[in-house]
Amino acid sequence: MPVTTLNGHQIHVNEEGFLTDPTEWDDALGTALAELIGVTLTDAHWQAIRFLRKDFEEVGETPTLRRVSTVGGIPIKTLFALFPQKPAKKMAYVAGLPKPHGCV
Amino acid sequence: MTNTDASPAIVPSFDSEVGAGRKLAIICSKGSLDMAYPGLILANAALGEGCEVHLFFTFWGFDMINKKTMGDLKFTMLGNTATHMPQGLGGLPGMTGMATSRLKKSIADLDVPEVPEFLEQIVASGGHLWACRMSADMNKLTMEDLYDEVEDIISASDFIEKTEGAQLLFI
Repeated sequence: MPVTTLNGHQIHVNEEGFLTDPTEWDDALGTALAELIGVTLTDAHWQAIRFLRKDFEEVGETPTLRRVSTVGGIPIKTLFALFPQKPAKKMAYVAGLPKPHGCV
Repeated sequence: MTNTDASPAIVPSFDSEVGAGRKLAIICSKGSLDMAYPGLILANAALGEGCEVHLFFTFWGFDMINKKTMGDLKFTMLGNTATHMPQGLGGLPGMTGMATSRLKKSIADLDVPEVPEFLEQIVASGGHLWACRMSADMNKLTMEDLYDEVEDIISASDFIEKTEGAQLLFI
């Protein structure tokens, strides 16, 4: 696995750039990761990221878009507005988690 | 492979030029529960990947957007050898109801929504729903009878025009 340094953090990532060890993540890294994909984080973004982190910790896998909407209470439309085009993958990337693998 | 500290960060190509402007057209022509899902799942997946998606409901697929039937699609074992059950069983009274509720349960267990809610999710994700003019005329249905988020009743040629350059799936 490649090791890279971002914002002073040494992080392990996969070939696409997703963190392979979620414990290496913190808020500052989240901000840096978001910047790399052209997203400036607002409170609304953080609400989604915090849900992803919490749900991953509890369930052991990255929630799908549907789960962020039904369980996390953030409407799908909002998620598309916050993380345009590919919200599920972008959120997972910023939150330092693997891509969600559920189909829906 | 271990890169050193000096290596640049690897950034996923979320917004690469290659996938930009990708468009998918899905024709839903079946009205059974099991055949409704492939189109919905693929539409939803494509939207999540940033594709523009148009669904065209035609013939039996009209049941997926008809307010009267969309929440009550059924699954039958009859004629479906993939259930690996004796075909005669499928014709017994109550079997279609039983097969339907079993399938609905398996789908719900995966947290996949029922058809009406799935359509709602697809529209919220930016998908477009279109109804087939000929199917509407044959069944004497108007926009009033259809799911509210259906954008319009259009002809087959209108749909082909709207989806110029799209990749197409017929289900």
